[in-house]
Amino acid sequence: MNFTCRLGPSLAYMLLFVTALLSTTSLATETEALKAGVFNPAREAPDFSVHGSDGTALTLSRYRGKVVLLGFGYTSCPNVCPATLAVLAQAHRKLGPLGSQVQVIYLTVDPERDSPERLKQYLAAFDPTFVGGSGTAAQMAAVRANYGVTAEKHGTGSDYAIAHSSFVYLITRDGKLRALMPFGHKADDYVHDISMLLY
Amino acid sequence: MNIVRPLHKRQPIVMAVVVVAALSAVAWAAFAPVTFASREETFEIPKGTWARRMAGNKVEILPSQVFLTLGIRDVLLLKNMDDVPQIFGPTLMMPGQSFRLPFEVASSYQFACTAHASGQMTVVVDEQPDTPWRRLLWRTRRVFRVAA
Repeated sequence: MNFTCRLGPSLAYMLLFVTALLSTTSLATETEALKAGVFNPAREAPDFSVHGSDGTALTLSRYRGKVVLLGFGYTSCPNVCPATLAVLAQAHRKLGPLGSQVQVIYLTVDPERDSPERLKQYLAAFDPTFVGGSGTAAQMAAVRANYGVTAEKHGTGSDYAIAHSSFVYLITRDGKLRALMPFGHKADDYVHDISMLLY
Repeated sequence: MNIVRPLHKRQPIVMAVVVVAALSAVAWAAFAPVTFASREETFEIPKGTWARRMAGNKVEILPSQVFLTLGIRDVLLLKNMDDVPQIFGPTLMMPGQSFRLPFEVASSYQFACTAHASGQMTVVVDEQPDTPWRRLLWRTRRVFRVAA
């Protein structure tokens, strides 16, 4: 009897330890199995406050509780941005009801031309739930610096182009910068990774 | 009693040995499985890199081209052990942070990279050498790449 009593707590501690160990292993396996590039340890995604295409102040923290896909681009981009947004829209559709737990944010690297209104019109062509963000050149440059995003203007006059980072950040529900999806991945890869981050 | 054969009489034997050796090497290159201890190709930005670069030293950490192979070594693992944040390719890495990027499509990927003196890095991902002919090609390319 005494033996059972002594063994009880020990067994409970052992079970707790094994469960914790298994959950750690499971988490490690999950992050390693993502199609995107994974940061370890994940750092806090830098917050920002810019003009949202929905007419309000757009902050990252507003979307705590959702998985955020954060991309950088511009509406005059001839190929990379429309291709990326089309893939994101396709992934969003494929997620079905889970899509409501995901928010796509697209921040402009061309605040000179991309007003919040223009972003709204542009993004709506892909998915009306996508939110865009613009601001002053200094504001947007500061956000880019925090995320390690590059943007370089090429050409002069009104018909210039901008060479910019073409990846999408995957931010967890609790605001951690967990992963980065390079350009060229298919919608199914996003669906795969988002599903893993949601659970 | 040693009999020393003239050179012109030994030549066929030498030739035969060379041909057998060459064929054996080709057979090995074609049929021996390609294996690595890990699927990760790891690069580490060492502590003090930024300071050395700021002091005017030319610091080459990452090669301008990294070669990966699907199914065998197809994961790029980067570690920033420096005291300051570093941009590798698309990403900003904090001190002590690592970034693990798997590849699933054979292609050539361009990355900007401030840790590299040229500011550019290319990751070439080859197809999995899963047939004798592909293994032979893969090993031949590797010899030339190492020599380059």
